[in-house]
Amino acid sequence: MQAIAEHSVLIAISLAFLLPVVLMILTALMSDRQALSPKLIPDPWQWGNFTKVFSEIPLWTYTRNTALYACLSTVGVLVSCVPVAYAFSRVAWRGRNVVFLLVLSAIMLPTQVTSVSLYIIFARDLDWTGMDWVGTLKPLIVPSFFGDAFSIFLLRQFFMTIPQELSDSMRVDGGNEWTILRRVILPLSKPALAAVALFNFIYAWNDFYNPLVYVGESPNHWTLSLALSSFRTLHHVQWNLTMAAALIFMLPVVVIFFAAQRVFIEGVTLTGVKG
Amino acid sequence: MRVLRHYGLVLLLLSPWIIGFIAFTSVPMALSLYYSFTHYDLLNPPRFLGLDNYRYMFGIGPIQDPNFKTAVYNTLWIIVFGVPLRIAFAIGTAMLLTRPRRGTNYYRTLYFMPSVAPRVGVALIFVYMFNPATGPINQLLNSIPGINAPLWFYDPSWSKPALLVMGLWGVGDAIVIYMAGLLNIPRQLYEAISIEGAGALQRFRYITLPMLTPVIFFTLIIGIIDGFQYFDQAFVSGNVASGQSQVLGKPQNSLLFYSLWIYQNAFVNFNMGYACALAWVLFLATMVVTAILLITSKRWVHYGGGLST
Repeated sequence: MQAIAEHSVLIAISLAFLLPVVLMILTALMSDRQALSPKLIPDPWQWGNFTKVFSEIPLWTYTRNTALYACLSTVGVLVSCVPVAYAFSRVAWRGRNVVFLLVLSAIMLPTQVTSVSLYIIFARDLDWTGMDWVGTLKPLIVPSFFGDAFSIFLLRQFFMTIPQELSDSMRVDGGNEWTILRRVILPLSKPALAAVALFNFIYAWNDFYNPLVYVGESPNHWTLSLALSSFRTLHHVQWNLTMAAALIFMLPVVVIFFAAQRVFIEGVTLTGVKG
Repeated sequence: MRVLRHYGLVLLLLSPWIIGFIAFTSVPMALSLYYSFTHYDLLNPPRFLGLDNYRYMFGIGPIQDPNFKTAVYNTLWIIVFGVPLRIAFAIGTAMLLTRPRRGTNYYRTLYFMPSVAPRVGVALIFVYMFNPATGPINQLLNSIPGINAPLWFYDPSWSKPALLVMGLWGVGDAIVIYMAGLLNIPRQLYEAISIEGAGALQRFRYITLPMLTPVIFFTLIIGIIDGFQYFDQAFVSGNVASGQSQVLGKPQNSLLFYSLWIYQNAFVNFNMGYACALAWVLFLATMVVTAILLITSKRWVHYGGGLST
């Protein structure tokens, strides 16, 4: 009896969680007039909306910008955070824990605190740096090559769990830190590396605030999130096409999620329970 | 020599982070502090004002920022209602999902997926769903006799509750974290208390809840920090529902959260100095709240047992 009651609750929650997605798909297949009517089943089914949206909006450009941002910043985070996390977990040095607290404090730092002055630094002619990065993807990509606090934290937590004897035996054989990192740590850390890569890719793919600040005035460099947010206000794009574009935007995230669900669950658990 | 080489190696390994921390964190923060004492509109060089920005913010003096209090109120509102709601919902669902039963993995996948979906997309679909005239939610509510369906994103007193519902849709990552936390609780504890004759409510009160406190603490801190920075959902739903993007926080400032007010000052009004002052107050508030939580956590967070925190 209780099992039935519990299953009913879980099914009810499932339906509530599915409803927005189902509605999105249905609306994406409606005509623009029907999208504003109470009728829920598309009549007729307009599969052409998915091709039409590419001709009405420069969706390829937005997709390319988003992919560039997501891929390059993920590479940057991996390349920069692995050695840093290694130094915080596998090499002994004085003051390590104090400096690590500094890394952790950066996780709590609100983006808005630095973004106003970073905008001024990256904008042309406003200061001595002479950088002209606003309106390009550089402010989104370049900083990721200089470490990301959360990724350092996650990798460090994982590196700590690798037995020290493995490194030591490598040292006895005359291996230096680079060989240990390459031959011991990295091969054993694939799950953590995958989690960091996926989290960063999805963070960048979904990111709205940073593109809004740095490329908001430069439509050629818009990402999908930015383009979608202004479809209705700026271009009065119809709801059916908006939903079709939103589905195209969400598709890579959903595909990655299903392909690597275990990595996500392990990564979320690693940060939440063992943090 | 060996010590020097050792520290050279450490510095080399840390160098990406050191450069990044200076260039993209420390310097911008110092600059931001400096700008917060100036008037800076990007066209003329910064003009030193002393504490005027802060006086304007807190209303000490002749003129006061008309929206500061609203922005603080809205931000606290979404934290005070949103964070406990998420935690309670996540614990409840996770408890149902950690009972041995068929289909757990399917449910978990389904609940987890929306939490990785882009917030912009989520905001679009919810504005569409909550549309008072054509959205399916009000069609359903209006079909029930005696119910007057609210106007959601078109009514200042219902726009924030609509955001709460939107937030619950993305609760899946918390559910996964609580599931792991629940599975970490040793079974013997439950067996022991059951022998003493404890019922379900007492098992929850004396075992489940105390053993979950480290996870609750983690989700609480993350929830509050995220709440302070609440931006995407409010920005997009406010703009899309009102159909324009020049004034943020529609309807009637009910969605003017603190971060939106910073954005509006910096990138719409080009009042960079004042935006920096607002940002620094946000930073200090985050630090103070985190410190208070860390200090008080010793009283109610139980470490040990199956949790290696």
